[in-house]
Amino acid sequence: MVMGSLRQETQVAVIGSGPGGYVAALRLADLGKEVVLIEERPRFGGTCLLEGCIPSKTLIHAVEVKENALAAADFGLAFAAPVLDLDKLRAHTGKIVQGLSHGVASLLKRRGVTTVQGRARFSSSRSLEIEGGEVAGIDYEHCVIATGSSLTRLPSGITPKVWSSADALQLQQVPPTLLVVGGGYIGLELGLVYQGLGSRVSVVEFNPRLLAGADHDLVDVMVDAVSHRLDQVMLETKVTAINETPDGRFRVQLEHAGKSVSREFDMVLVAIGRRPNTEDLGLEHTRVKVGEHGFIRTDRECRTDDPAIFAIGDVTAGPMLAHKASREARVAAEVICGRPAEFDNRAIPAVVYTDPEIAWTGLTEREAAAENIPIKVGRFPLSALGRARTLDRTAGLVKVICDPEDELILGMGIVGPHASELIAEGTLAIEMGATIEDLVATIHPHPTLSEALMEAAEAAQGTAIHIHPPRQP
Amino acid sequence: MFEFKLPDLGEGIAEGEILKWHVAAGQAIAEDAPLLDVETDKAAVTIPAPRGGRVAVLHGKAGDVVNVGAVVAVIDDGLAGKAAPAAARAAAVPPAPAAAREATPAATQPSPAPAGSPDRRRPVPAAPATRRLARELGVDIDQVPASGPAGRVTPDDVRRFHAGDRAAAIPVAGGAAAAAVAAMPPGHVAAKAIRDDQAFAEFAAHAAATIPFLELEPLPDFSRDGPVEIEPLRSIRRKVARKMVTSMALVPHVAHMDDADVTEWEEFRKRQKEARRDDPGIGNLTLLSFVIKAVTAGLRAAPAFNASLDPFKEEIVYKKYYNIGFAADTGRGLVVPVIRDTDRKSIREISAEIAAKAALAREGKLPAEDMRGGTFTITNVGPLGGTAMLPTINYPEAAILGMGKVQEKPVVRNGQIVIRKILPLTLAFDHRLADGADAARFVGELIKQLADPNLLLLEA
Repeated sequence: MVMGSLRQETQVAVIGSGPGGYVAALRLADLGKEVVLIEERPRFGGTCLLEGCIPSKTLIHAVEVKENALAAADFGLAFAAPVLDLDKLRAHTGKIVQGLSHGVASLLKRRGVTTVQGRARFSSSRSLEIEGGEVAGIDYEHCVIATGSSLTRLPSGITPKVWSSADALQLQQVPPTLLVVGGGYIGLELGLVYQGLGSRVSVVEFNPRLLAGADHDLVDVMVDAVSHRLDQVMLETKVTAINETPDGRFRVQLEHAGKSVSREFDMVLVAIGRRPNTEDLGLEHTRVKVGEHGFIRTDRECRTDDPAIFAIGDVTAGPMLAHKASREARVAAEVICGRPAEFDNRAIPAVVYTDPEIAWTGLTEREAAAENIPIKVGRFPLSALGRARTLDRTAGLVKVICDPEDELILGMGIVGPHASELIAEGTLAIEMGATIEDLVATIHPHPTLSEALMEAAEAAQGTAIHIHPPRQP
Repeated sequence: MFEFKLPDLGEGIAEGEILKWHVAAGQAIAEDAPLLDVETDKAAVTIPAPRGGRVAVLHGKAGDVVNVGAVVAVIDDGLAGKAAPAAARAAAVPPAPAAAREATPAATQPSPAPAGSPDRRRPVPAAPATRRLARELGVDIDQVPASGPAGRVTPDDVRRFHAGDRAAAIPVAGGAAAAAVAAMPPGHVAAKAIRDDQAFAEFAAHAAATIPFLELEPLPDFSRDGPVEIEPLRSIRRKVARKMVTSMALVPHVAHMDDADVTEWEEFRKRQKEARRDDPGIGNLTLLSFVIKAVTAGLRAAPAFNASLDPFKEEIVYKKYYNIGFAADTGRGLVVPVIRDTDRKSIREISAEIAAKAALAREGKLPAEDMRGGTFTITNVGPLGGTAMLPTINYPEAAILGMGKVQEKPVVRNGQIVIRKILPLTLAFDHRLADGADAARFVGELIKQLADPNLLLLEA
């Protein structure tokens, strides 16, 4: 076969093999379409699998095991000091990533999806040119853009040797001191991982609060719990320069309230967000329109302005989350196959894997306040929950946000152990159009953390069984 | 400030008509003191003030119809925390994740632009599978009347709406009236008053398409021929209208008439009244209570008259309980109190219950619960006169018994003309469930029971 000379025809071309692209390809194949999936990297899975959710959660779990073991001393079970084998932890993480990536490859193969390695660019509304692969071009009837997003880089003047989150996940070393630039979920999660592995970690955030998008009451509980693990949290502070010192460390210029200070760290991790991968895609050869911040404009059926082209995941507006991309993937696939699908989801859950975890779904109190939406909130502290006591993990709360009149559940927020798992019930409740009474009247197993959801719903009704009622005057 | 909303007034009741306010705006009211009287499809009730204070605002005047859940009064109870003004709510935009992406130009917009009715503050609550069903059926879920809590739309709501839509769109050639009514979701087409010409034309065209020769025209302007007074069709009157039209359209009525000789019964009653002057229970002893007992016995022998035919599921439901309703003239309109489990009650108990429930009904205080669940209805116009009638079945029951006026009449007994007390009876029944012979046997058995009060001993 002559490299780069072959053109292929297919019903649907999918660009990208992340949780958007591969799900779209599989669903399309299940619905009987002939599908070609194009991936630039040598491995399938995209950011989520290769340098995002999966490796980071593997490391977070490792640190959590360590923290739990240390905490066990409080109730009479002390272990010897933990010993870190960085090579083994790296290999362990790599094995998990590799295994899942192979899993995606084999799912694609079994469904008969043709995979092409290379960089895809549109040459028209109906064709792609492929660079770096054995197929030179693909002509399609429909195309799904699922090219994801990339890390936002610091402005010029910043040394290139600082870490991105992808670099940090490589686990090359554990720096004695680490500065995390960005107090969002990626920075906090990775900062706490490195603290757990032995670094002294500081966080610098431009905003006045950490996790600027989350409700304050949830963030406050988490900040209280982790503050002793962080050297310093610098809010409303700007990084103006980073310079490498002759001995391979980093001198960071920090500006707060008009005053500039200089501090040295062994490593700097920059986690200041992501931007959609819509540049250099050849979109100018199609009718696809790109809106503000480089996001592709789509409608609820995931259609772009070009009738042959769909877009899903991080390249479209909305939160850059794997599960949002996967849901859109199903919608796009079904719409392409003529089925009546629509991204009409009412709640996209968000999870922060700090310790304790934070999760929310649907309407937040901040959004309600900003948009003048009347709400009623039921709160339940984990300190009043039997299961939280048995776990010795009482820092946390569950809150349920509902319409004050008909008590339709509009949102939920959780901070505490396993918030990431618990939030699923809240999301289902919102999608199903459940009311507070539905949650209250559903039996929750005892003793579990999930009871806190039921109790919070009761609190919204006025009284929760396990909270003292307000004293009568 | 406390916003008082019209509370839930009973199963299936969505609105009520304000009869009167017990207070005026500005006046003080004590907790639990009467606030207003409201009449629903089923009854009139007095609603007490849920808390004390000064009445700041009254929404609505006598004669207005208000929805359950609507704010009817604001009471200043000295506490802060008034709900956000309605305007702010209406203006609030739901935080839909896709909201920012609805800018796609019309050229490639495959589906109609998202509904933008200005008063929508959040998406319609409905499960994902229900929303998918709506898309599959091509139904705009925003338009579907919801039956679930908090306005939740169920799959059945969507299907009903879809069926109604289809009925409106596709003329059913040669369809019967029953088909037309059955295809209409409750409250979809004819539930609301039609005031504009366009709506009337649509309604008339729809109805005419299903019933050959049917011609619907707006009623003439009667005031051209003389003075008129117009009052809105409300509450009980409207409920009766709906119920009767539904019954007549869906049920093929057949009437069977006969006379019962109640001379012996009258003498029995007279004897008992004289013998037990001090027993107040005997004073209540009415012919109706005997008839109820006799009908109960008849229903046990002929279950078809205690059944309901479900034309949608194509099933006959035989009820193994006997709840007899009796039509009561209340001055406000017709209501039908129900005596439950008449097979397990004595004639005395039934008599007492009739008296108590009729009194409550006249005062408009009969609970809605006491007007539902009937399996057979008796209408007794006898005290007002009448030798025969054609009663309309209390849908979805199977039959109704009409009692006329008891009169002394010359009849032939054993070849002799004698004067006897005669009660004319009419049984109107659902011909889908029973035939003329069944009715003749049923009424015949009834007449035997009434002719000889001793026979009822067997039922006591």
